[in-house]
Amino acid sequence: MKLFNRQQKQQIGKSILTLMTFFTVLPIVATVIYILILGLPAINLEFITAFPREGMREGGILPAIIGTFYLTLGTAFFAVPLGIGSAIYLSEYAPDNKATQLIRIAIINLAGIPSVVYGLFGLGLFVLFLQFGTSILAGSLTLSIMTLPVVISTAEEAIRAVPQAFRTVSISLGATKWQTIRRIVLPQALPGILTGVILGLERAAGETAPILFTVAAFFLPRLPNSPLDATMALPYHLFVISTQVPGMPIKIQYGTALVLLVFVLSMNLIATTIRSRARARRQW
Amino acid sequence: MISNQSSQSKNPNPIKQEFLITALIKAAGYSAIVFVGMIFLFLMLEGLPALKQVDLSSLLSSRWYPIEDYYGILPLIGGSLIITIGATLIALPFGVGTAIYLSEIAPRWVRELLKPLVEILGGLPSVVLGFLGMLVLSPYLRTLLDLPTGLTALAGSILLGGIAIPTVVSVAEDALDAVPKSYRDASLAIGATEWQTIWRVTLPAARSGVLTAIMLGIGRAIGETMTVMMVTGNAPILPTGLKDLLSPVRTMTATIAAEMGEVANGSTHYHVLFLIGIVLFLISLTVNITASAVVFRQRKSQERILS
Repeated sequence: MKLFNRQQKQQIGKSILTLMTFFTVLPIVATVIYILILGLPAINLEFITAFPREGMREGGILPAIIGTFYLTLGTAFFAVPLGIGSAIYLSEYAPDNKATQLIRIAIINLAGIPSVVYGLFGLGLFVLFLQFGTSILAGSLTLSIMTLPVVISTAEEAIRAVPQAFRTVSISLGATKWQTIRRIVLPQALPGILTGVILGLERAAGETAPILFTVAAFFLPRLPNSPLDATMALPYHLFVISTQVPGMPIKIQYGTALVLLVFVLSMNLIATTIRSRARARRQW
Repeated sequence: MISNQSSQSKNPNPIKQEFLITALIKAAGYSAIVFVGMIFLFLMLEGLPALKQVDLSSLLSSRWYPIEDYYGILPLIGGSLIITIGATLIALPFGVGTAIYLSEIAPRWVRELLKPLVEILGGLPSVVLGFLGMLVLSPYLRTLLDLPTGLTALAGSILLGGIAIPTVVSVAEDALDAVPKSYRDASLAIGATEWQTIWRVTLPAARSGVLTAIMLGIGRAIGETMTVMMVTGNAPILPTGLKDLLSPVRTMTATIAAEMGEVANGSTHYHVLFLIGIVLFLISLTVNITASAVVFRQRKSQERILS
């Protein structure tokens, strides 16, 4: 005798999966709302435009915001040209052979290397061996290598999505391969590439482990004025004030978490908006 | 589209330019291999000296107490392992379940709404999750389970499960999406219910992709650093079974992150931390190569069927 007939089984199964999805999504929404509610009371003009005072227990978090901004820019500076170049190679030039397969495996591996191992690498190569010291330069380079796989894979996907006919027409009109890529393929793929770049930078902006030993300053009462300066950064600052500083007002902790969250989520929002608008407008 | 024809005349030698740019693009293409090689090289350079300074039996002991020169890394490996197992137990059912729901069951509008939300979870900085883990999750677990401390492997597992879920969902959903519609149609046409179709046709057809998703999720969990450092209590005690989920542990990643800032460059402790980095690198290499091998093999067998 069967306990349930197959229609009932289907009902039960679907309900269970729906419930599981609900429990997957609920904590995400709850996390964002929770930080929003507890962080908002801390946010005022002083909090985002002033330096920390009284052992970081008062004042604002300006140096951390600026630091994360610089780090994100620095990461983009290195990761964007290299990542897009690599994506162009893989989609337009690379032959289907062992070497190309090796590149793909290398990219997959770069994506999987633990962030703290990137930190070790950055410490070994950029900070100590190349003697950049703990600096924005060393941190940006470390973060950009970590960001590379995201940029490459999304940019490659966007470039591949441009119909082959576009290239054929351009070449048949006498354009060289690079002219075709530069004038025809890249402009068409731009929204997709941009989405990938921003999503990659979003990850870099929120990372703590790679900057622990390469950039981050516990407390620095001034703004960095050269790429060789160390700097405070939002994720590291949140780590510091929530674990290393006793008697830290909870309001400032949630406020910092909120600023970091807004920084990262607004990048996410921009990226997904560009993607969906480009999809809606696409004519091919 | 080609509005600016003048650059053709500005540039006297387009062939030379073409050659130069092709070379640059090719170099960029190979950069990923160079970086993986360099990362491995630098880890080896800084990590291998540890093997000379500390003998193997001491490294493979279960006492991690660097101040007194005890460098047993077993408790750290054990800590990473138990948390990863715990995270997998959470991410596997919820991640794959959500992927099946999104790809096979959810109406279009639900899917369009939920996919970006899961992506947001993937973008949440790990330090924010660790922060909430410390302030909300662990106190809750402590009172719920009546523990001396809430900073346990369990708290780490729950958060890491959450961190692994977006990876599992997106890769598994892609795999399910890639199953041709004709498979489902054929199954429904011979009288199977949608539910039977999901379990007996769609999921088996997508199994290699789902497997890859799980592997990549596990890879994410092993490598996660800040969250585990903040919520697992960081006691280097060798876990011996799943019951140790309820006690504090310390992972390899957290050890590097917590101690590297305080060691003298070039000291034994410094080299041992890099050695742990090598272990982590090799684990992620194994996980990722296996995961991608599964995908490549599957693609080949599909090509064979189609040709």
